[in-house]
Amino acid sequence: MSVFITRRVLQSLVVVFVMSLLVFFGVNIVGDPIDMLINPEADQEDIEAAIRALGLDRPIHEQYWYFVVNALKGDLGKSFIFAEPALKLILQRMPATMELALTAMIMAIFVGIPLGVFAGLRPNSKISKTIMAGSILGFSLPTFWVGLMFIMIFAVMLGWLPSTGRGETTSLFGIQVSFLTWDGLRHLLLPALNLALFKMSLVIRLARAGTREVALQDYIKFARAKGLSSSRVVLVHVMKNIMIPVVTVLGLELGGVIAFAVVTETVFAWPGMGKLLIDSIQLLDRPVVVAYLMITVLMFIVINLMVDVIYSILDPRVRLKDVKS
Amino acid sequence: MRLLKLTVAALAAALVAVPATASAAGQLTIALASEPSSIDPHFHNLGPNNALARVMFDRLIMPDEKQRLRPGLAVSWKPIGDTTWEFKLREGVKFHDGSPFTADDVVFTFQRAPNVEGSPSSFGTYLKGKEVIRIDDYTVHIKTERPYPLMPNDMSTFSIVSRKHGEGAKTPDYNSGKATIGTGAYKFVEYLPGDRIVLKRNENYWGDKPEWTKVTLKAIKSGPSRVAALLAGDVDLIEQTPTPDIERLKKDPNLTLSQGISNRVIYLHLDHDRKASPFVEAKDGGEIANPLQDQRVRMAISQAINRDAIVSRVMEGIAIKAGQLLPEGFFGRSPNLKPVKYDPELAKRNLSEAGVGDGFKLTIHGPNDRYINDAKIAEAVAQMLTKVGIATDVVTMPRSVYFKRASRGGPNGTPEFSFILVGWGSGTGEASSPLKSLIHTYDKSRGFGASNRGRYSNEKVDTLIEDALATVDDGKRQDLLAEATEIAINDGAIIPLHYQVNTWAARKGIKYRARTDEATVATDVISE
Repeated sequence: MSVFITRRVLQSLVVVFVMSLLVFFGVNIVGDPIDMLINPEADQEDIEAAIRALGLDRPIHEQYWYFVVNALKGDLGKSFIFAEPALKLILQRMPATMELALTAMIMAIFVGIPLGVFAGLRPNSKISKTIMAGSILGFSLPTFWVGLMFIMIFAVMLGWLPSTGRGETTSLFGIQVSFLTWDGLRHLLLPALNLALFKMSLVIRLARAGTREVALQDYIKFARAKGLSSSRVVLVHVMKNIMIPVVTVLGLELGGVIAFAVVTETVFAWPGMGKLLIDSIQLLDRPVVVAYLMITVLMFIVINLMVDVIYSILDPRVRLKDVKS
Repeated sequence: MRLLKLTVAALAAALVAVPATASAAGQLTIALASEPSSIDPHFHNLGPNNALARVMFDRLIMPDEKQRLRPGLAVSWKPIGDTTWEFKLREGVKFHDGSPFTADDVVFTFQRAPNVEGSPSSFGTYLKGKEVIRIDDYTVHIKTERPYPLMPNDMSTFSIVSRKHGEGAKTPDYNSGKATIGTGAYKFVEYLPGDRIVLKRNENYWGDKPEWTKVTLKAIKSGPSRVAALLAGDVDLIEQTPTPDIERLKKDPNLTLSQGISNRVIYLHLDHDRKASPFVEAKDGGEIANPLQDQRVRMAISQAINRDAIVSRVMEGIAIKAGQLLPEGFFGRSPNLKPVKYDPELAKRNLSEAGVGDGFKLTIHGPNDRYINDAKIAEAVAQMLTKVGIATDVVTMPRSVYFKRASRGGPNGTPEFSFILVGWGSGTGEASSPLKSLIHTYDKSRGFGASNRGRYSNEKVDTLIEDALATVDDGKRQDLLAEATEIAINDGAIIPLHYQVNTWAARKGIKYRARTDEATVATDVISE
């Protein structure tokens, strides 16, 4: 196992390096941040001073070299707009996004799997058909529109829940979290639901397909014949066997949810990393965009590694061998 | 199972039962369209930052909602001699921590403001070339090399900070609140980046007693979300109401709308400089000597545009058609210029007289996310021009790409486009700002024409502008600026379209004193 992990780490370093090249050069080809930052009433002299101050007058490969040297020291550049280290800006907002993403995942898992398994066990009942129709809506409707609809219905018309923003936060192990207060939970509910809808639908469909396949297997018939209770059959034997595709998809999606909760964060004005990313792209705050994408790459790599490890726990037939590629 | 159902029901009821967090009496929550990038008032010369700084810090001269100069921390000012201005400072003003405000703080501000580390766009623009001398605790003299009539305007742009707290403080100290001690109407309480900024009333403010005990500023970038927050009662006032929602909100009995004209003019800039302009072609696609260099063609373009239709259809009534660089009430405006009348027949006649009676091809370039309805305006202009024979294509792009290309995208860092839609807001509230930057001949060494993307060059206008910038007498300067504007507009230096109108929406009982500088400032929010 340890050799497997070492190999993976080495491969990941190559991925990170290639990614840094792509991102850095890609972001630097588009547009010019100076025009986004400078007050229009500044004259030519001020504009040139600003260009020099940001290091934009140096040739691009020199800028990249500085970036790599600093990155190895842990400094991913300073934001043009905030003049604070890009990494600090992202980490400041990470708890908010993680909170949102993890809540959405929990909703997707604890609502999606039971619904999917139910639909798989009783595929012809009316309830199952409703669930499946709902899941189609769930992944077809655009997140932006659904978010606005939630706000219109629950905040404006019914007035039950707040329309934007994050609630009161309290400190948990030094990180600001908002799910420990009532106010925080009320603010968290709609955005998390909005984000979760797509994943929930995927999970429902996967769970249902998996359940239908597994339910017809011989070992299930054998377990029933043995006299095991219904709940044990379902909760132990069916669940374990449908988990592999579910875990794969959830693993991939978790990375995506964390990195790209942009739409939900914009609609609900949730102070997370996604909102920071979209603002930085629009305003050409290149250091932040580059830093963010580097962190995202690392995150995806780590999550995928964890998913592979979980496989080997779930399914003893999968052994993490040193595959000679 | 039953227990589970009961628990879920109880939880749902509890969540819903907590009342909505509407603002308590005396508290105000404002939804901004863009977040200030820092609490440091000198960090970035940017709209949202300046609007925020205005309530926590004061300036020597405070522009009111029509950008007229009012005494702030300076009670009076006058030129003494050719190159010196004397400012008498207000006595008895205390900073938020109780320490007194004196001339020493002004001297410190002059040193600090242009030298903030990492500033993307510093206040150096307004402070360079000026030397401040402390005469006594409440008098300063500001010297320049040449006569400088715009001294009061420049003094109305930046905030005064205290030497005691500002000495050695950097931008992060302001963001955390440690150094954020000003003389303004509201005190800093907390700043959660991306989330909110909280302020509380300064009970010892020297000016009009601030109305609100607590002010919370939230940034909600998405227009529809901002409107939804207002409708849901989560915020009391929003800025930059999206134009499609304005009609509907007007009819809502629970809301009040406040509208005001802005100092921003939306105009067209044409290529005056190149004989072979890259986006101008003959009707058949071949080369053509740039017709935009002929004054009659420029007049024809202005006459072909139906400004009333743009205001009523494209801007949905939320704009005022323009005939020059600044709307009514601003200094340096010409009383003789009116918006050009829509006259397509006259336009066609002008085009034939200029030798392009058959028309030609043109491409209009514009941003699509910078000004209100900018892409739609460009499309409307293109349609109107095509009707008189100038077949016009429209190319719009995000501002992050547009401005660079419009200013420096051509060979050798020259402007790339031939015919552009763009806007200009006069930060100083008078005509020398657009004249100097848009119309004066491009002159890098003297800092003129920095945004003159058409490279218009008229010696007579240049002389008038330069004279005005050195004329301290207000009456004479007004005439010089008005004359320069008249010559430039009649010559077609730029083609003004309309002035933007800004709309603030608030819950019933709150009105906003609409500001021409488009800023949303808590001290201008009044309860009825």
